[in-house]
Amino acid sequence: MSTETVAIIDYGSGNLHSAAKAFERAARESGHAARICLTADPEVVAAADRIVLPGVGAYADCRRGLDAVPGMVEAMTQVAHRDARPFLGICVGMQLLATRGLEYTTTPGLGWIPGDVGPIKPSDPTLKVPHMGWNTLRPARDHALLAGIPIGEDGLHAYFVHSYALSPESPDDVVARADYGGPITALVARGNVAGTQFHPEKSQRLGLALIANFLNWRP
Amino acid sequence: MLKTRIIPCLDVKDGRVVKGVRFEGLRDAGDPVEAAKVYDAAGADELCFLDITASREARGTLLDIVSRTAEACFMPLTVGGGVRTVEDVRALLLAGADKVAINTAAVKDPDLVARAAEKFGAQCIVVAIDAKRVSPPGAPASWDIFTHGGRDPTGIDAVAFARLVAGKGAGELLVTSMDKDGTRSGYDLALTRAISDSVSVPVIASGGVGGLDDLVAGVAEGGASAVLAASIFHFGQASVAEAKAHMAAAGLAMRLDGPASSARTPL
Repeated sequence: MSTETVAIIDYGSGNLHSAAKAFERAARESGHAARICLTADPEVVAAADRIVLPGVGAYADCRRGLDAVPGMVEAMTQVAHRDARPFLGICVGMQLLATRGLEYTTTPGLGWIPGDVGPIKPSDPTLKVPHMGWNTLRPARDHALLAGIPIGEDGLHAYFVHSYALSPESPDDVVARADYGGPITALVARGNVAGTQFHPEKSQRLGLALIANFLNWRP
Repeated sequence: MLKTRIIPCLDVKDGRVVKGVRFEGLRDAGDPVEAAKVYDAAGADELCFLDITASREARGTLLDIVSRTAEACFMPLTVGGGVRTVEDVRALLLAGADKVAINTAAVKDPDLVARAAEKFGAQCIVVAIDAKRVSPPGAPASWDIFTHGGRDPTGIDAVAFARLVAGKGAGELLVTSMDKDGTRSGYDLALTRAISDSVSVPVIASGGVGGLDDLVAGVAEGGASAVLAASIFHFGQASVAEAKAHMAAAGLAMRLDGPASSARTPL
């Protein structure tokens, strides 16, 4: 297999070395010859075989950071839509796939997975927000990103830390949910574009397995 | 279902763990990164570094530790101690901390919490509250905030302060009883409960763990979402796995995914 390039987009949103190391380890452990590349260069993104959009922080701040890199949104749109290469958003990176975010102010997203990102409102008022910590996943449909990963109430856990969640317009875009006083969208996918609300790079076994699946994903 | 978190806490001074961690096969008991790797492998749900270095000059050492830990451990990391400005928060997040705990600076300037939360998101801003009971025996319990390791009283009511900073955008509160810290007699459950009942954000119970039943009580009676402990884990009195099994047996929802990766286990 020829070596693939995986671009992790660096647009000033938090530390990405941890994410890069998690991808390197997942690649190594799954025998996948991938070159993991942290980059703020739209040309590197445009040429990459797989693209990861991380994101930590407030929605509007992340969107501003992305827009501040000239040509980045265009490069992402090209690889994700014209070239249909595997694309993974993580946390706010996943939320940015939505139509708009409603954190502090209304901010336009990329609109690739139609829906809004709104505040979590657990039905049980004693449940704390942020939704913070380790939760199990409930599958909504089969997906290559979850292949071979034991999930469900007795399965592995994913690490969440967020106060806002994506509500996709189409339930078909939802691959897995977490339960926290109601359903929380945990994993979305439409064609070659996917996103996790949880942090695979912080989710130990489940996270490394999901990253390995992403590296082998042929949408 | 969301699980109760167990958070081992390492006190770090000048780049070294203050009380060395006693684990089998640990090359350097004083190296925070080595200790972090062990806890990652042991299935800890998060890790907390509390920097008690006095000088500002040593800040680079802490950032280096955080950075090396984040590269080696795929688990959430909270870092606190000496955080005074939005720039301090940014530096720690950029080094690889997932959450940053603000202590004294939030007491002096609660708006720092708002500025940091607006910039980085509430989910990564923890306010560390050090409280001491000030009510006379027999009177309804009340606690005040103390700074500088419990030495300096502020006259600020701890529960009112908790509400204030949660309103400013703190995503989590780390509540330490300065009366209980180091006593091994259990958390101040009334304090934990009073704060947990007053805010909508998660509360971490801290200070005073002597045994595994104390961890259970922190959640069951204190209403905490997470329990922090130091010496019972560091000195091998209990492993993280034993603590989880004990808490699960007591009816708490725990994450029992098993070891994250490698073989090294606590004594």
